[in-house]
Amino acid sequence: MSKQLVVETVDLTKAYDGITVVDKLNLRVEEGEIFGFLGPNGAGKTTTILMLLGLTEPTSGVVRVCGYNSTREPLKVKRITGYIPERVGFYEDLTAVQNLAYIARLNDLAEWLIPDRVGESLDTVGLSTAADQKVGEFSRGMKQRLAIADMLVKMPKIAILDEPTIAIDPEGVNQILDLISKIAREHNMTIIMSSHQLNQVQRICRRVGIIGKGRMLAEGLVEQLMKDALGGGRFKVEIQLAEVTSEIVDRIKQIDGVVEVERSGDLLLVGCTQDLRPQIAKTIIAADGSLIEMKIKSYALEDIYMKYFHEV
Amino acid sequence: MRGLMTVFRKELAGDFTSWRFLILFAMVALAGVFTLYIDSQNILAQAAESNQFVFLKLYTTADETLPGLLQFLNMMAVFFVPIVGIALGFDAINEERNSGTMSRLLSQPIYRDAVINGKFLAGVVTIAIMVTSIVLLVAGAGLRMIGVPPNSEEVIRLMLFLVVTIFYGAFWLGLSILFSIFFRRVATSALASIAVWIFLFFFMPMLAGIVANFMVPLEGAGTEVYLSNLGVQSAVLQASPVRLYQEAISVVLVPGARTLGQTIQILGAGGYRLIPNPLSLGQSLLLVWPHMVSLIALTAVCFAVSYIKFMREEIRA
Repeated sequence: MSKQLVVETVDLTKAYDGITVVDKLNLRVEEGEIFGFLGPNGAGKTTTILMLLGLTEPTSGVVRVCGYNSTREPLKVKRITGYIPERVGFYEDLTAVQNLAYIARLNDLAEWLIPDRVGESLDTVGLSTAADQKVGEFSRGMKQRLAIADMLVKMPKIAILDEPTIAIDPEGVNQILDLISKIAREHNMTIIMSSHQLNQVQRICRRVGIIGKGRMLAEGLVEQLMKDALGGGRFKVEIQLAEVTSEIVDRIKQIDGVVEVERSGDLLLVGCTQDLRPQIAKTIIAADGSLIEMKIKSYALEDIYMKYFHEV
Repeated sequence: MRGLMTVFRKELAGDFTSWRFLILFAMVALAGVFTLYIDSQNILAQAAESNQFVFLKLYTTADETLPGLLQFLNMMAVFFVPIVGIALGFDAINEERNSGTMSRLLSQPIYRDAVINGKFLAGVVTIAIMVTSIVLLVAGAGLRMIGVPPNSEEVIRLMLFLVVTIFYGAFWLGLSILFSIFFRRVATSALASIAVWIFLFFFMPMLAGIVANFMVPLEGAGTEVYLSNLGVQSAVLQASPVRLYQEAISVVLVPGARTLGQTIQILGAGGYRLIPNPLSLGQSLLLVWPHMVSLIALTAVCFAVSYIKFMREEIRA
């Protein structure tokens, strides 16, 4: 065992009125990592998160967070887990400080510690200037940052963020993602972040799990997943030729870094590990082929994702 | 326990600083002042007739020109206590759910019942403070106006009145919290509470009349038929906490009241002579004991249903 497992689920299942929302999910998150929990809306992400926190009881299966069973010992789990729900809300007629102080008290923080802890948390997320402002006056982005501060107040070991970037403008998204990875680094916090926005997950998560219809479709390091999903390499070059000959195909196959060549009509689809367009062009010219057009496509998490969801 | 106290303190502070509390307090205080003003015109005149329990009359005397309408006790019963209870509870749970604070709150290391217990307790304390301060306000001003201090029994009766009133308020609070759990929308839960309030105040007496006339038709009525008809009516009415409360406080605050319902009026009208002596405190208590127990039981039922529903509920964002 290299690193301690912080979150572990074993055959976790949840059914509402006979409809299975989460189906035998096995999730493993190691200490200190940022884990991306990916899936379209309604895939069962939120339900899984609620079961991790012990807010919802699983139909069957086991959830363990830091060794505690979430269903049996929810209080112990909640003490070490920070949670930002999808539509996070605050008491709008209280100030930012009052909102956070309430949470601090609910976590049994000593009264003399609270002002400092709340101040630090607001500092970290850059809201110290708005500390005594009523939350009702906050923008959506500010509220999301306040939610992060709210989570920091209790200094959790694990943070679970449910769609933290939803309904936020691109600049705000970047701020929040940077903040999350900074916090993870500085506090050595394990972070589970759910999202359906792949580019964002890709930015900060090292490992991802892709969930669809309640099942874990793929889990692993981002690069590894890409390799697995796209047997044909990370880049795809689409070549249009006046005439496709088998000689050209053979020659392209011999280029270093080409993984596969697929032929459809006068089109060639070349999968490769890096951008090999110059080499391919040279090869075609050398083989007397007449090149009409060449396009390159770079694969991102999105394509892996689409691939998995077409399979479901 | 600490979780409960934290929720309690936060809710209490919220209740007290909210606009709705200020408005309600102003309303109830105004009712108290008006009653006091009208009472003070009559009490001294009446005190000449019977000199017992002068002080309690502050709370019960009615002006002849506005019969019963401005009776403080009736206003307490009919309007303000239910309104205060409903106003403090109708959005207790669904508002938190709608604004997204509920899941944040429940992901903290507190037992789930701390939330609902804390809210209920804070509401009850708010009602208690409001009712007590108004009653004391009327007492203080009244003391100055009529110059007759309350005797010890009157003080005890006033305290009893407060206790019953607080339980009555707690019933409405429990009911509105119940609706705030069952209905997702704040407007719906408020409306549901108001609907119950209207039903109990306006339709219940009519319903009781219909049921009684159905069970004991009044054709060719002798006194006995009439009495048993009334008996059915009051039995039906006693299912309503409003009725229970009205009867309880009328016995507690009017020492002369020796029986409940309309029977006493019939007996009076029928030529029976009642000796107009006040009941002792113990006897009054004995008379209203079932009422108080029923009131507490109704409150407990409301709260228990809310509690169970809330504890079993799925919490989604």
